[in-house]
Amino acid sequence: MNTAAGWAKRPESRTGVRKQRNRIARRLFSISAGFIFLVLFAIVTMLVQRSLPLWQKVSLPDFLTGRVWKPDQGLFGLLPFILGTFWTTGLGIAFALPLSLFSAIYLAEYARPLTRTVIKPVLDILAGIPSVIYGMWGVLVVVPVVQTTVAPLFSRAFPGIGLFQSSNPTGFSILSAGIVLAIMIAPILIAIMYEILLAVPVGLREASMAVGASRWQTIRYVVLPKATSGLIATLILGTSRALGETMAVLMVVGNVAALPRSLFDPAYPIPALIANNYGEMMSIPLYDSALMAAALFLLLIVLSFNILSSLALRRMLQ
Amino acid sequence: MNPQSRLRRRLGRIEETAFLFLMRLALISVVMILGWILATLLIKGMPVLSWELISQPPQGGYYLGGKGGILNAILGSLYLAAGGTLLALIAGLPVVFYLTTYLHQKTRRAALIRLALDVLWGIPSIVYGVFGFLIMLSLGLRTSLLAGIITLAFLELPILIRGMDEFIRTTPEELVQSSLAVGATPLETTLKVISRQTLPGLITAVLLAFGRGIGDAASVLFTAGYTDHLPTSLFEPAASLPLAVFFQLGTPFPAVQQRAYASALVLTIIILVLSFISRWLISRFNKYLVR
Repeated sequence: MNTAAGWAKRPESRTGVRKQRNRIARRLFSISAGFIFLVLFAIVTMLVQRSLPLWQKVSLPDFLTGRVWKPDQGLFGLLPFILGTFWTTGLGIAFALPLSLFSAIYLAEYARPLTRTVIKPVLDILAGIPSVIYGMWGVLVVVPVVQTTVAPLFSRAFPGIGLFQSSNPTGFSILSAGIVLAIMIAPILIAIMYEILLAVPVGLREASMAVGASRWQTIRYVVLPKATSGLIATLILGTSRALGETMAVLMVVGNVAALPRSLFDPAYPIPALIANNYGEMMSIPLYDSALMAAALFLLLIVLSFNILSSLALRRMLQ
Repeated sequence: MNPQSRLRRRLGRIEETAFLFLMRLALISVVMILGWILATLLIKGMPVLSWELISQPPQGGYYLGGKGGILNAILGSLYLAAGGTLLALIAGLPVVFYLTTYLHQKTRRAALIRLALDVLWGIPSIVYGVFGFLIMLSLGLRTSLLAGIITLAFLELPILIRGMDEFIRTTPEELVQSSLAVGATPLETTLKVISRQTLPGLITAVLLAFGRGIGDAASVLFTAGYTDHLPTSLFEPAASLPLAVFFQLGTPFPAVQQRAYASALVLTIIILVLSFISRWLISRFNKYLVR
């Protein structure tokens, strides 16, 4: 009797312990998940707080539209840097879009399984190469080509168009940065665009082919329209990656704080501004505050792009 | 068939051929660019790469072309990335378990956490650098190995969690259900069944995060600093390979610039080895999975 009760009791109490362990773990794990939101909150709050002193001296519109950046004279105009960021990013996206879209369509619609298994590791490795390596490759390969070949060629071929005129004797330019950026974000874009295209139901393709459309017609009139919103979301994601890219761009863009007029002009994007000046920012009043404000501006754009594209992509790929 | 529709069909075929050509061209250029980058690294870096370079810290006059090597940067990078990955694992594993054990795939809360992680993943590393710098100041630290590790941990955290999460989501639902059905608690199911099933995937996620950490320059620029000494203390500055590439490339001396190429080659080899290990792990262990 006694032993039977003991038999009956033991597993029950062990079950109790196990269930309690489970409950405690659940509590602890859920707290740790809260940490994620805390990090996000802390990044934004700390930047806001650190940029506050600037607003007592400089107004937000002046900060965003000012053309002169002279910290020692208290002049903080971010416009050259904003334009530098948008020029390099825009050019990078313009180069990356056709490259990625064509590659993704081929992979999703035409490629044999063997091609796909070869391309997958290539894309993974490209996506994993550190940005300093891209920057160094840009310095060694892209910058000299732009300097000796592309810039003179365009200046001669389009004499009247300011966009293509080069007054810059070096190859460190918006064009070089755009090329390097395009190569850096293309593997990410291809991988996601490929998934988006695969998510288009096979039945749609079959229906289109069944009524006599060729493969390309099916892609152009059925698959691509269906995938458009997903492709745009991918592009937004790529844009936010390019906006924040620091080292590779910094190494090839020239870092001159002027309003760019031509593709061959140097520029000075916001991430490069932050990376180049953290050393001396503590010695000049408001300088650190202005750099934090610049970082905040960059962060807010990137955050909104990220949220937008993440939400859209999630809906698309489910 | 009338001539008009024949013409249209022929135009359609020309269009398809043209676009097919462009698509192949795009894909081939992507592959060629990777080849070009690797070839540049090999051609420029290989002649300079020597045992002295990877086994010694910089000696006097190193940045003017003097003797020495980049052991300080290699070790610093390994310490930084290992420390950052370890911290990120400690903070990230509970979140992974919470996502996969207690939240069913489609709950609102799970979606919100994943969204937050994706957003964190997208934050530029320069912003993490600034964030780490501010944390460093508020903790009263100077630029140091520790500050670099903390910053890298924040940078790697979303990569690690989302990587593991994606692998765990490939677990067959039946496996989870069977485990729960024989009386295992959700915690036991995660720790003893799912984690064993997905171990190679989890290790791959760790390697991915490690690779991201070891290659990042913008975040450690503010926080870990740079030094010619081998890292010995958490509270001293530490050198890193990406910054070694960056600084040496920025000097006006060709001899030092060449060492930047060799440093870049070392960094790329580390990244490639990591990538091959994870590929091998996945293919090796795929055989033993319950499907």
